[in-house]
Amino acid sequence: MSNNPENHLDLATVRDRLRSTGGRKYWRSLDELAATPGFADLLHREFPRQAIGWSDDENPGEGRRNFLKLMGASLALAGLTACTRQPTEHIVPYVRQPEELIPGRPLFFASAATLGGVANGVLVESHEGRPTKIEGNPEHPATLGACDIFSQASVLQLYDPDRAQAPTLNGEISGWGSFFGSLRAMLTAQKAKNGAGLRILTETITSPTVAEQLKGIQKLYPAAKWHQWEPAGPHSARAASMQAFGQPQNTYYDFSKADVVVALDSDFLASGVASLRYARQFSARRRVSEGKTNMNRLYVAEPMPTATGSKADHRMPLRAGDVEELTWALATTVQAAAGGPKTNDNGDIYRWAEKIGADLLRSKGASVVIAGEYQSPMVHALAHAINAKLGNVGTTVFYTDPIEANPTDQLASLQDLAKDLDSGVVDVLLILSGNPVFTAPADLGMAARIQKAKTRVHLSLFRDETSQVCQWHLPEAHFLESWGDARAFDGTVSIQQPLIAPLYQGRSACEILQSLSESPEMNPYVIVKNYWSSQHAGADFDAWWRRAVHDGVIAGTALPQKTPALHGEGLTAHAQKRTLGGKLEVNFRPDPTIYDGRFANNGWLQELPKPITKMTWDNAVYMNPGDAHRLGVETGSMVELSYEGRRLKAPVRIQPGHVDGSVTLHFGYGRTHGGRSANGAGFDVYPLRTSKALWQDVGLEASKVSGSYEFADTQMEGVLDPARHIIHKGTIAEYLKDPEAVHDGAEAPAKSLTLYPGFNYQTDEEGRPKYAWGMAIDLNSCTGCTACIVACQAENNIAVVGKDQVRRGRNMQWLRVDTYYAGTAEDPNPEFYNQPIPCMQCENAPCELVCPVQATSHSAEGLNDMVYNRCVGTRYCSNNCPYKVRRFNFYLFSDYETPSLKLLHNPDVTVRSRGVMEKCTYCVQRINAAKMDAEKQDRRLQDGEIQTACQASCPTEAIIFGDINDPNSRVSKMKSQKRNYGLLEDINTRPRTTYLATLRNPNPEWES
Amino acid sequence: MSQIFHRSTNTYSRIVIFGAVFFLAFLTWVFTVLDRSSYATRQHQVREQPVPFSHAHHVGALGIDCRYCHTTVETSSFANIPPTKTCMNCHSQIWITSPTLEPVRASYRDGKSLDWTRVHDLPDYVYFNHSIHVAKGVGCETCHGRVDKMPLMYQQNALQMEWCLNCHRNTEKYIRPKEFITTMGYEPAGDQEEIGRRLQKEYNIQGVRLLTSCSTCHR
Repeated sequence: MSNNPENHLDLATVRDRLRSTGGRKYWRSLDELAATPGFADLLHREFPRQAIGWSDDENPGEGRRNFLKLMGASLALAGLTACTRQPTEHIVPYVRQPEELIPGRPLFFASAATLGGVANGVLVESHEGRPTKIEGNPEHPATLGACDIFSQASVLQLYDPDRAQAPTLNGEISGWGSFFGSLRAMLTAQKAKNGAGLRILTETITSPTVAEQLKGIQKLYPAAKWHQWEPAGPHSARAASMQAFGQPQNTYYDFSKADVVVALDSDFLASGVASLRYARQFSARRRVSEGKTNMNRLYVAEPMPTATGSKADHRMPLRAGDVEELTWALATTVQAAAGGPKTNDNGDIYRWAEKIGADLLRSKGASVVIAGEYQSPMVHALAHAINAKLGNVGTTVFYTDPIEANPTDQLASLQDLAKDLDSGVVDVLLILSGNPVFTAPADLGMAARIQKAKTRVHLSLFRDETSQVCQWHLPEAHFLESWGDARAFDGTVSIQQPLIAPLYQGRSACEILQSLSESPEMNPYVIVKNYWSSQHAGADFDAWWRRAVHDGVIAGTALPQKTPALHGEGLTAHAQKRTLGGKLEVNFRPDPTIYDGRFANNGWLQELPKPITKMTWDNAVYMNPGDAHRLGVETGSMVELSYEGRRLKAPVRIQPGHVDGSVTLHFGYGRTHGGRSANGAGFDVYPLRTSKALWQDVGLEASKVSGSYEFADTQMEGVLDPARHIIHKGTIAEYLKDPEAVHDGAEAPAKSLTLYPGFNYQTDEEGRPKYAWGMAIDLNSCTGCTACIVACQAENNIAVVGKDQVRRGRNMQWLRVDTYYAGTAEDPNPEFYNQPIPCMQCENAPCELVCPVQATSHSAEGLNDMVYNRCVGTRYCSNNCPYKVRRFNFYLFSDYETPSLKLLHNPDVTVRSRGVMEKCTYCVQRINAAKMDAEKQDRRLQDGEIQTACQASCPTEAIIFGDINDPNSRVSKMKSQKRNYGLLEDINTRPRTTYLATLRNPNPEWES
Repeated sequence: MSQIFHRSTNTYSRIVIFGAVFFLAFLTWVFTVLDRSSYATRQHQVREQPVPFSHAHHVGALGIDCRYCHTTVETSSFANIPPTKTCMNCHSQIWITSPTLEPVRASYRDGKSLDWTRVHDLPDYVYFNHSIHVAKGVGCETCHGRVDKMPLMYQQNALQMEWCLNCHRNTEKYIRPKEFITTMGYEPAGDQEEIGRRLQKEYNIQGVRLLTSCSTCHR
């Protein structure tokens, strides 16, 4: 908002106004609730921050007057640009054309993207050898065809011009030959002392091939040590399975059979391994067809609002440290453990536990209690006990052997390395991937300690913080550049297949490890293939291998399920009474979009509005409005945090729904050597994160300090007046009684009430049936995970604009996910509603009528076509769009210069230049491609043949696209449901994109 | 008080006012003529190529079908420029010492592609697809002209939007039976418009409204 002091938020005002109005139904920000002049202005002016000259701090040379002058001149010259000649272009054909490659048609290859070592199966689209888009692999158990934001954005990471491009020694460019030469010399020395001075530090490894290599190295150098550190790994879950079962276990769930789900600070629908699968299963149980349903019920206890929390039927804002008490109470209620005394001051916990416990007991064998990755081992152990007691094991909860090659306590492993470094025994430290200097617990002081190793070698994609303290830096091959393998959540192995030769002579960790072995010269393809040929019995290896590579999964490699015995004695130590003592609780979480910092240089992920908070390019100290009021701070104020003598200055962001007495900090920001996009964005939280408390602790003090900070959040972009029935919702009970109740108050005018000319969407001039494209978005399924936004960005060559431009409302994403809050500001627990907004493709489109050059016009199939080459940039269309889905290129946002980024573009979509309006066209390139293929075969398109990019990536199948003229298409069936409604239907734009009202399934016994 | 301007000023001002109108009209005319001229469209201009490949010889004299080299014309948007290997299928046996073909042999030897200059070049915002046109009965000749009579390749038609729309609006005037797609010098066996209307139905050619929708070609 503006810097004007009178626009600033005052919580007292919010309360006063709410008292006088009786509370408003939906809102998007506290500013709006308080009805500050700033918000009224925002609503009135539609694009205030976009307008040049409105912001005080824009270059004075770009004032409104100058802008008009330039626009006038460019309008006059616009026609002349058509007079230019085509520049001379060249065609460079193959010398020998590869088999199966048809120039102009993409090929798809199966591969695997890993996060935290765990595989997600992907299909990579390749245009003449360049990977351009990543989709989910439908045959992979973790993705089921959907795709998460990290896998999708990794294609941008591949082409990142900031990647390390050559091996360096002390900062000077060297070569692989000299590295391997010096490595050989060091290994010879190590061989003499059994490798006592050799240390290898990796991230979590699930790759069977790498595990085998490490085993071989261990045999060659028995005294060498392998350490692992994954900053956002499941440390608690590992500790808990030792506590509960006495041995490491892998746990996974089947939500398709769960009637009641209790998420204990777990964001299982949007983050963590297998979240795509879980979201698919969970949403399948929330589908409501007319009159019948077996809808599940979700309870979520969490400190910071997450996507999962937004789907909860009962969301319980709870400090992370109190979740353990809730779990104890729950375990006591279902008699899974003998609970200790009730030690928490928050009486709600016991009331909640009673109700949830009763619900769980009614759904024995059909429920899931899932503990969050950032919860204590005790919460995990209790969750195991509760699931066992309820008979869920084997039906909704499954155990297997660990998927990691070495499921060790990683913190202890890192501490062990620190000790060895101190004692000076480490001669050679190989850091293969990861950035421990940045991510290791602050008290370990890794930056200084690592330098105690005599020779430090770092292999990574970027020359990052860790590379700065190592002599050797080696460029790592991206996963799209090298062969490998990895396990998924259930142990299923995928072969990681490269799509392109290494752009910058990078090599993978697998290759470096091979150079430590007795046969150092092998290339990664041979290494992986040899390993699997040793694993495959039978003479048909070649055929088997080809199938494994082709499918992207190796059949039958899922680890066998088992039922481990629970050690009851691990569950007796009741937690100590925890008091805040006037201080705050602190939560450390990986960032929702840049994760632990590894994606910090990825513009797509930096600019992706984070679920719920809608923040881009930044992290913040997220806190409850009440806490902010007590501290005397508001959004953008700077505070000094102090925890265990460690201090940090950071800006505050007030987050409605955040539990009081607690703040949430996302680590991963504040990079200093991360690349152009990463450096300087946000603030570094790692210095507060110690080995004592990796995830949460009490004892944080915050005090207001001078200074303020400007965030770039998109929560108030394209703001639709929430009073206008934007979100339709209800409870399942109400809906079954009266399906129309969800549309309470909304009106839809008769179709005849229009001055727009009639249009025949049914048949063409010859009377043949036509397609009419439409989309239905089931708000009941949507979790607001934002995978669709990245999919759209990748598919449609959407530019990244940077924080400053986002702040002015000029972000270019065609699809946005709006978050609405329901409740009052004093309500500690407002409800959240997510709504993805693409172009509505109105049948009565307001944008088309006002375009002076017909750059946007109606297609015969009902699309609002946008012709970039015709657009002269008047922006009338955008002003007239009631949904605010059009995006304007205020500057030359597309990168035409950087050579590596040229490879990234989808060749089927225009790369837009400055001064051009753009918007969603339902992926018209995909429609045309599929239609042409069908016509060449002289047939009609089948339903489901065209998937828009957003639809293809959606883990919950919330977005359905198809032909609304076909009554049997999935989209027609969705739209025929009583829950269907159009956004702002009262203005009679007849949007082709419609929404299905969201339903909740609250526990009838739950009194608020 | 005497007049400031001489009486003749009236005439001058009339000439200037009316002249300006004619001058603007003239400028517009110049602009439209220039824009459609072969200077702007590069129509009928022979472009320099690394090898003076003669379609007249290969198509006209030898009778090689278009699809022998342009292999993907029926499957892809791009008709394909043949890889060097295709040239060498024959030229490893005939004209093996011809100095004109040295660039081809060098390409095959060194694995370095030939660098052809594009003759038919649409702007990047036009998404033309060869395969659908071929499937719907638009002959090669219809757009590319009599390549069997072109010793050196040039662009026969303007390839401007009005030229494209001319056919998209009146497909019956241009389409031919699929068996004559690659035929050079095709003569309709009867009235073209009558045959065209029959083929429109047979090939299920889309209505004008759809064929002239912006997103058919632009996206």
